[in-house]
Amino acid sequence: MTSRLGLDFFINLVAAGLARGTPILFATLGGIITERSGVMNLGIEGMMLVGAMTAFSTARSTNNALLGVCTGMLAGATLALAYAIVVVHLRADQVVSGLALVFFGSGLSSMLGASLVDQKEATARIPSLSLSVLEDLPILGPVLFKQNLMVWLGLALVACGSWILFKTRWGLVLRAVGEHPAQADSLGISVLTVRTVCVMIGGAMAGLAGASLSLAISPGWVDGMTAGQGWVAVGLVIFARWNPGRALIGAWLFGTLRRLPLDLQGVPSLPVFHNPNIGYFLSMLPYLFVIGAMIVGSRQALRRRLGAPASLGLPWFRGDRG
Amino acid sequence: MRFPRLLAIVTLTSLTAVSACSKKNSPNGSDSTVGKHAIPAAQEGKFNVAFVHVGPVGDGGWTYAQDQGRKYLLQQIPEVHTAHVESVAEGAESEQVIRALARKGFNLVVATSFGFMDSTETVAKEFPNTKFIHISGFKKNDTNFGNAFGAMEQMKYLAGMIAGARAAQDGVPRLGYIAPYPIPEVVRLGNALMLGAKQTCPQCTMEIRWMNSWFDPGKEQEAAESMFNAGVQVVLTGADTTGPIVVAGQKKKWAVGYDSNNACDADKAHCLTTPYWNWGVFYVDAVKQMRAGSWKPSSWYGEADSGLLGLIGFEDGATPAPGVPESVIPVVREKLAAMKAGTFTRFDVFAGPIKDNRGKEVLPEGKRLTQEDLEGLPGCKVCMNWLAEGILGQLSPK
Repeated sequence: MTSRLGLDFFINLVAAGLARGTPILFATLGGIITERSGVMNLGIEGMMLVGAMTAFSTARSTNNALLGVCTGMLAGATLALAYAIVVVHLRADQVVSGLALVFFGSGLSSMLGASLVDQKEATARIPSLSLSVLEDLPILGPVLFKQNLMVWLGLALVACGSWILFKTRWGLVLRAVGEHPAQADSLGISVLTVRTVCVMIGGAMAGLAGASLSLAISPGWVDGMTAGQGWVAVGLVIFARWNPGRALIGAWLFGTLRRLPLDLQGVPSLPVFHNPNIGYFLSMLPYLFVIGAMIVGSRQALRRRLGAPASLGLPWFRGDRG
Repeated sequence: MRFPRLLAIVTLTSLTAVSACSKKNSPNGSDSTVGKHAIPAAQEGKFNVAFVHVGPVGDGGWTYAQDQGRKYLLQQIPEVHTAHVESVAEGAESEQVIRALARKGFNLVVATSFGFMDSTETVAKEFPNTKFIHISGFKKNDTNFGNAFGAMEQMKYLAGMIAGARAAQDGVPRLGYIAPYPIPEVVRLGNALMLGAKQTCPQCTMEIRWMNSWFDPGKEQEAAESMFNAGVQVVLTGADTTGPIVVAGQKKKWAVGYDSNNACDADKAHCLTTPYWNWGVFYVDAVKQMRAGSWKPSSWYGEADSGLLGLIGFEDGATPAPGVPESVIPVVREKLAAMKAGTFTRFDVFAGPIKDNRGKEVLPEGKRLTQEDLEGLPGCKVCMNWLAEGILGQLSPK
């Protein structure tokens, strides 16, 4: 048998990890923006599903993938606006409302997407980058230059997000609202507006995550296609310590761990991985990783030390102290 | 203060209500639920049939094909009322769902996943007046619980011939099989693919990616991608979605789907063929017998001649996909005709000599496997725990 634990194996693994991690990266970045402003949104999974379904449906009927991405983001943002009204303005419990959003999103996408299932013909998709010269570069070619445009957008948004959060006045306002809403308010910042906008950006990013799934990374609409990736993003926000750069590492690690067990089954020199039972164990790895991140993030003291926004999950209105 | 909170509660309640409504498709509302599943109600004066599925009917594969069968049944027999519960977990949850349906007064409950077998058996004991059919298993009783499956190995054998011919023509004799679970059904179908491929491509090998899942759209695509990256030319899927066909299109390679008669629509140019199920013919037959009172529980096993099985591009009057090599078309047509005539059965697919992938002869010349062997049932002599020569992989530690 040919090959195959050589360089190609690792190049393919890294490339696949980047691609598969991209939807999770978008969702995680959105989660970071939302949580940095002091609002927790567990509903990422629901918004992703609606985004994926809307994007696919639009791309189908207009044959325009870009338009699909836009409507997917719009759908995510719209759901997020509803969520913001409930938790930011009406100050409902964020955990319960977030869960409701998941159920709502999965039900809505399942219902509206039912008619898309019978139709399987190819739909407009987001293309891969084609830079014929660079594609042939060793290592970098397959890892970076043969990737889908969405992967590049992910990398760009990481840079962009870091810059906005930490280098601009806008980012300062956003973080201030998440740390000390009362003080931000006394400086004349409208806490509720900032939070609403941030929740909507988070929703648009979740919609983008869904759209990148249904139009690029695993094209097509299948009911429930996110398969828990929205929850993974919730965990990765904590792993990333609310920092876009670390979100990239987390998403890439998750994508790679997801792929590793499959690739290992094709290596003839490692027969132990051909055993189907070992697959059960390996399939747990990415989720163990997320559970670990969640355990770390759930301890209040540790959470502070990790840099969680001080007012995360606490509703605010003028007249409240704190 | 009070007003916003009230508004929040109202908004949340309505959100939840909308999502709950959109989850189910049965026309009748009902008051009972099992976990997240709403249990539909039976209709007075009709012959009520309920289906319990492991995946969503929107999977475009196995469950979708089952639901097409349900629709066909409705269309053929107007006195029937049907309902279905989808995405039911195997094990305890399935038992609760099946029991709840029986309690609701359904005349027939059909459980469509291998892992529902024991739950169906348990509930069948409790409700002697309700009939139960389990798909893809092997248990039954003498009064109200039967099982059914079909000789998909026949169609897989033909699909293997097509895939092998394609790989041989492309000069890359490497196939890949996406395998859900290491159970006899999946092993049998994988072996049938390999035996078929050997007919047209003796030098072909086939690697395996185990999913440990019937339905995982993302993972099925990744498995296909993993194999194409490793140099495989044709990926044949045994799992539920059409994802692998889409990936074949992206990689400009080939794929063979499974389960539903529109699977190739995912990418016609890169899909060679798809073996699929016509469950409707079986359900209509079973319900007719039940209404006439002549139904007896059995282990029904449909061959190509029953109409249960199909192969995209090779139905009467159909044109094979553009990727199918010209030379193999008449060969496949001839074999298919023999299968439909009953002269090339599943036992001819598994006829000796057969070697396993460790070089051991599992079946000598002139011998055939039995039904027990094929399904790995108690009493099997050459049980379905071997992989045919050419398959790279193993079922258990050495």
